[in-house]
Amino acid sequence: MSKKNITLSVNGQTHTTEAEPRELLIHVLREQLEITGPHIGCETSHCGACTVEIDGRSVKSCTLFAVQAQGKEITTIEGLGNPDKLHVLQEKFKEHHGLQCGYCTPGMITRAHRLLEENPNPTEEDVRFGIAGNLCRCTGYQNIVKAVMAAAEELNQPEAVA
Amino acid sequence: MITGTFEYHQPESLPAAVTLLSQLGDEARVIAGGHSLIPMMKLRLATPEHLIDLQAIDTLKSISIDGGSVRVGAMVTQSDLITHEALFTAAPIVRETALQIADPQVRYMGTIGGNVANGDPGNDMPALMQCLDATFTLVGPDGERTVAAREFYEAAYFTARDDLEILTEVSFSACTGGYAYEKQKRKIGDYATAAAAVLLTKNADGCSHAAIALTNLADTPIYCEDASQQLMTHGVSDSSIRDAVTSAMGQIDPVDDNRGPAEFKKHAAAIILDRAIRNAWARA
Amino acid sequence: MSAAAETVQERQAKLKGLGTSRKRVEDARFTQGKGNYVDDIKMPGMLFGDFVRSQHAHARVKSIDTSAALALPGVIAVLTAKDLEPLSLHWMPTLAGDKQMVLADGKVLFQGQEVAFVVAEDRYIAADAVDLVKVEYEELPVLVDPFKAELPDAPILREDIADSTEGAHGPRRHPNHIFTWEQGDKAATESILDEAEVVAEEMVYYHRTHPCPMETCGSVASMDKVNGKLTLWGTFQAPHVVRTVASLLSGIAEHNIRVVSPDIGGGFGNKVGVYPGYVCSIVASIVTGQPVKWIEDRMENLSATAFARDYWMQGKIAATKSGKILGLWCHTTADHGAFDACADPTKYPAGFMNICTGSYDIPTAYLAVDGIYTNKAPGGVAYRCSFRVTEAAYFIERMIEVLAIKLDMDAAELRAINFVKKEQFPYQSALGWEYDSGDYHTAWNKALEAVDYHGLRRQQAQQVEDFKAGNTRKLMGIGLCHFTEIVGAGPVKNCDILGMGMFDSCEIRIHPTGSALARLGTISQGQGHATTFAQILASEIGISADDITIEEGDTDTAPYGLGTYGSRSTPVAGAATAMAGRKIRAKAQMIAAYLLEVHDNDLEWEVDRFVVKGAPERFKTMKEIAFASYNQAIPGVEPGLEAVSYYDPPNMTYPFGAYICVMEIDVDTGVSDIKQFYALDDCGTRINPMIIEGQVHGGLTEALAIALGQEIAYDELGNVKTGTLMDFFIPTSWETPNYQTDYTETPSPHHPIGAKGVGESPNVGGVPAFSNAINDAFRAFGLTHTHMPHDHWRIWKTAKQLGLHG
Repeated sequence: MSKKNITLSVNGQTHTTEAEPRELLIHVLREQLEITGPHIGCETSHCGACTVEIDGRSVKSCTLFAVQAQGKEITTIEGLGNPDKLHVLQEKFKEHHGLQCGYCTPGMITRAHRLLEENPNPTEEDVRFGIAGNLCRCTGYQNIVKAVMAAAEELNQPEAVA
Repeated sequence: MITGTFEYHQPESLPAAVTLLSQLGDEARVIAGGHSLIPMMKLRLATPEHLIDLQAIDTLKSISIDGGSVRVGAMVTQSDLITHEALFTAAPIVRETALQIADPQVRYMGTIGGNVANGDPGNDMPALMQCLDATFTLVGPDGERTVAAREFYEAAYFTARDDLEILTEVSFSACTGGYAYEKQKRKIGDYATAAAAVLLTKNADGCSHAAIALTNLADTPIYCEDASQQLMTHGVSDSSIRDAVTSAMGQIDPVDDNRGPAEFKKHAAAIILDRAIRNAWARA
Repeated sequence: MSAAAETVQERQAKLKGLGTSRKRVEDARFTQGKGNYVDDIKMPGMLFGDFVRSQHAHARVKSIDTSAALALPGVIAVLTAKDLEPLSLHWMPTLAGDKQMVLADGKVLFQGQEVAFVVAEDRYIAADAVDLVKVEYEELPVLVDPFKAELPDAPILREDIADSTEGAHGPRRHPNHIFTWEQGDKAATESILDEAEVVAEEMVYYHRTHPCPMETCGSVASMDKVNGKLTLWGTFQAPHVVRTVASLLSGIAEHNIRVVSPDIGGGFGNKVGVYPGYVCSIVASIVTGQPVKWIEDRMENLSATAFARDYWMQGKIAATKSGKILGLWCHTTADHGAFDACADPTKYPAGFMNICTGSYDIPTAYLAVDGIYTNKAPGGVAYRCSFRVTEAAYFIERMIEVLAIKLDMDAAELRAINFVKKEQFPYQSALGWEYDSGDYHTAWNKALEAVDYHGLRRQQAQQVEDFKAGNTRKLMGIGLCHFTEIVGAGPVKNCDILGMGMFDSCEIRIHPTGSALARLGTISQGQGHATTFAQILASEIGISADDITIEEGDTDTAPYGLGTYGSRSTPVAGAATAMAGRKIRAKAQMIAAYLLEVHDNDLEWEVDRFVVKGAPERFKTMKEIAFASYNQAIPGVEPGLEAVSYYDPPNMTYPFGAYICVMEIDVDTGVSDIKQFYALDDCGTRINPMIIEGQVHGGLTEALAIALGQEIAYDELGNVKTGTLMDFFIPTSWETPNYQTDYTETPSPHHPIGAKGVGESPNVGGVPAFSNAINDAFRAFGLTHTHMPHDHWRIWKTAKQLGLHG
């Protein structure tokens, strides 16, 4: 099947690449664009390890063909912060031991980022419901929830800049 | 898990999509949110040669509420349904149901059109649409027609939609009475072990309107006409609820699966329906 | 220098050593998406391998036609058993002394078995080619029930060894029988059972499940034909063992093989074994001369690699009327699937199942385990536990509850009556272990008080009354568990894997400016070794943990070790780290003595320096000593400051804990709701309390999953019914409660720093606590025991059988 030109804007950078229509966004991100933060965990849209943000929505990039994302704004974990200035969520996950093996972490933080964009003052229940599309086998979620709550609190401080 | 190969099409208007579908025939599948279709394609249980993606058709993405009438475009996502305040005012049961579908990421992508059109008995929206007595608009090469949700489902994955038609809109009347969507599931992301949609309107004499429909308890959603009638005729009481539940249970035919044997599902369904009726009546 | 102004406490704090909740050094890369997992590896010319798998559970392979697949553009090769046979690689040895087909050799024995390996330019072409390989099967009768394996009409599964009456673990009485393993005194136990005032009996089934880490298994093999070197990256919990096995299998000299475990996305036992995918990626790279990547998908992971548990444990427990336990008897039927690929030390075909006397002083006991072949996937791995310790703990903690019911006694009290007492340690168990240390009564009483146990029982009794009066349809269960683990395998005299003694290792280099690099034979899969091993070392050598780099997982640089599983990293490699640190300190003392012009014995160690006794102003810091070791000619002392330790532990360690779970269940829908979970762990010396707590949260959540629904289920034709994460239960944040953690601290007397290991305790203790809560909820209505997993419909079924649906 012939390949199509695809233009994706990922983390503010425009990439043009070629892909068969059936190529999944997660594969194009990881293998062609070498953006390997998002991971593949289940391939049936249950685990959320592949979560990225597309035009303000959290999306499981294993259940989207790259051609469907043509022209869209995509944010991955790599776009949330950088080594010089981590995103508050990244800081709080470290501070509260919200990760162990790290495999689910990029998807988890990317999802939590969107959650806090939409609900800056979540209750614990809101956080637990809001990250329920992301599975973690290591942490039991308790410290992840703590980290997201702490990030929300810090982002709500007047001087905080996300 | 890799899909077979296909050609991808992204028409920018409904007529263009309908024309494309007519040209490509049964080698083509329409894709909306894709969260049912893509996993099926990965397992190669679906191997369409063409995918017609409806995402660029903006006319399918609106929610309009005009007086007592609600019209929702097929490409409106579950997430849109949840966050739309006017829709919540007009039909709060829609948000309650949508929140129980899958997980946040899936709700950003999953559409009402996809959920009602593909005929998966596990989907939650079909029973809700039957409960709301919604009408589906289908557009095909011969033009537009409407089918009542209560007439739409024939068997698992078989519906009244012709292969060359696209489901473009669902419409229903506002319903601000008591409501409940109760769903038992094993975890977030699961389909229902048993689920029930109930709408009840209270007036001075008792129950002026009742509608009951069930999810994942047969190969189609089940609209429980007799049970609904029971509640309207006799009012809502312990005994009428018992009769309504008994009546509804006579219609279900669940299958054994990992959620449990049919015997269990029948029992759970009765409990869930009982709770849904009581919850809806308390809110009426 | 400024250090002189600091107090001892300030200097101590700066080290971030033992007992510090040090933040993890791993997290910078993981939170930024810069982890390096095996599927992140990309190499020029890299090919991709994918398996053709059997859809049948038992069938003869009549023919394999690869021509259409080979004709597909982009397909480089299709390997079958015929291609591997000349290399003697169509079968491979398992860790349990059996052998396993790499690719189907004449027949297939479980659904999902590897039949052919397609090598293509990318994963898409490989998947297409898999569909084009035509395999003709002749279906055979399927055996899924281990209790039917030895019936006259049972199909014979392993034709390759059908006639051999002797297996790796002694006599085989039937072609479908693998071994019988007996421990303890059968005659004495049976006579106690005959004579005892009270005997409770129950069949306790611990169902088949799967570790299911978020990252599946995979490998990248790269055969460099120019240099004759093979590099293999993969999801290996034991990279050094993989290197040795790869060398023995392939004939490539061990120094020409480099095995690397990059970041691993969770292991939980799934990544201990050697899988056909690893072997095929190696062969494919040798055949093609190009790097070959193989990555499992989730369905393959769940259906083909590394199941866990599947033990049918028939138990009898004898006691006096007052509740003193006199004897324990257990016969286990172990369903091993098609090949015995259990990851156990060689001499222990049922792992450490003989820890099944638990926390109790049981004078006489007998255990027999029969291993059985069935048409299911091989495995039998230790899913977040030391070898079969979860099964043992579940068995004894259920049997205690069953006995309490028989005695009409409170189960907490029954436990307290029978605990091994503090003064009995080291304690010799009836089934052959020497428990190193423990203080069970203290832990138990602390736990009972923390949850107001008697108050909970009153609340439960009230709820039973309310239920009987028709005021509620919910019941309350109190799940108790006091577990004793056996971890840290282990002493080389009795523990080995494929002949390799289960020591572990650490090698330390101190750099001239006083920072350090330490390499270990273990490999972290999320446990945070780079953080915690630096803490052990910091306390030993007085260099801040922040100035110590920990490296693991590259066999070209790390010292040989047996890897990370069975909670062995802290007990074994942690001990090696401390011992290597002590060697550094010993040499440092000689250097300091030279620099300070005093005798070695005139110095004493103080946090980060050697100080002249009685002259606190005269000292040399480790940093100064490190520099001196590189720039001073010290008579009789070699330059540099390095040490290595290979540590053979004198004994296992025996972490323990007291867990209490409060559950509410809806008898009508079978829905359960965890109201409270209290977990007290005693893992000896606590290295990093933050990490310990995180391990406990995670292990409890895996326990919750197992107890409440997670299973690998087969239908009667051997089809896997739970092959995706829709049906294989992994709880989300929504179904998972907050846990309350606590501890006591009873150091191991034989471990250099007294640490015992903790990662697996919460799974070992958590499963019985959850299950006991469900069972306990029905105790007032006559239930003795109901099997896991306690998912909605099974709880409902129990309520129905007890007549609770009216």
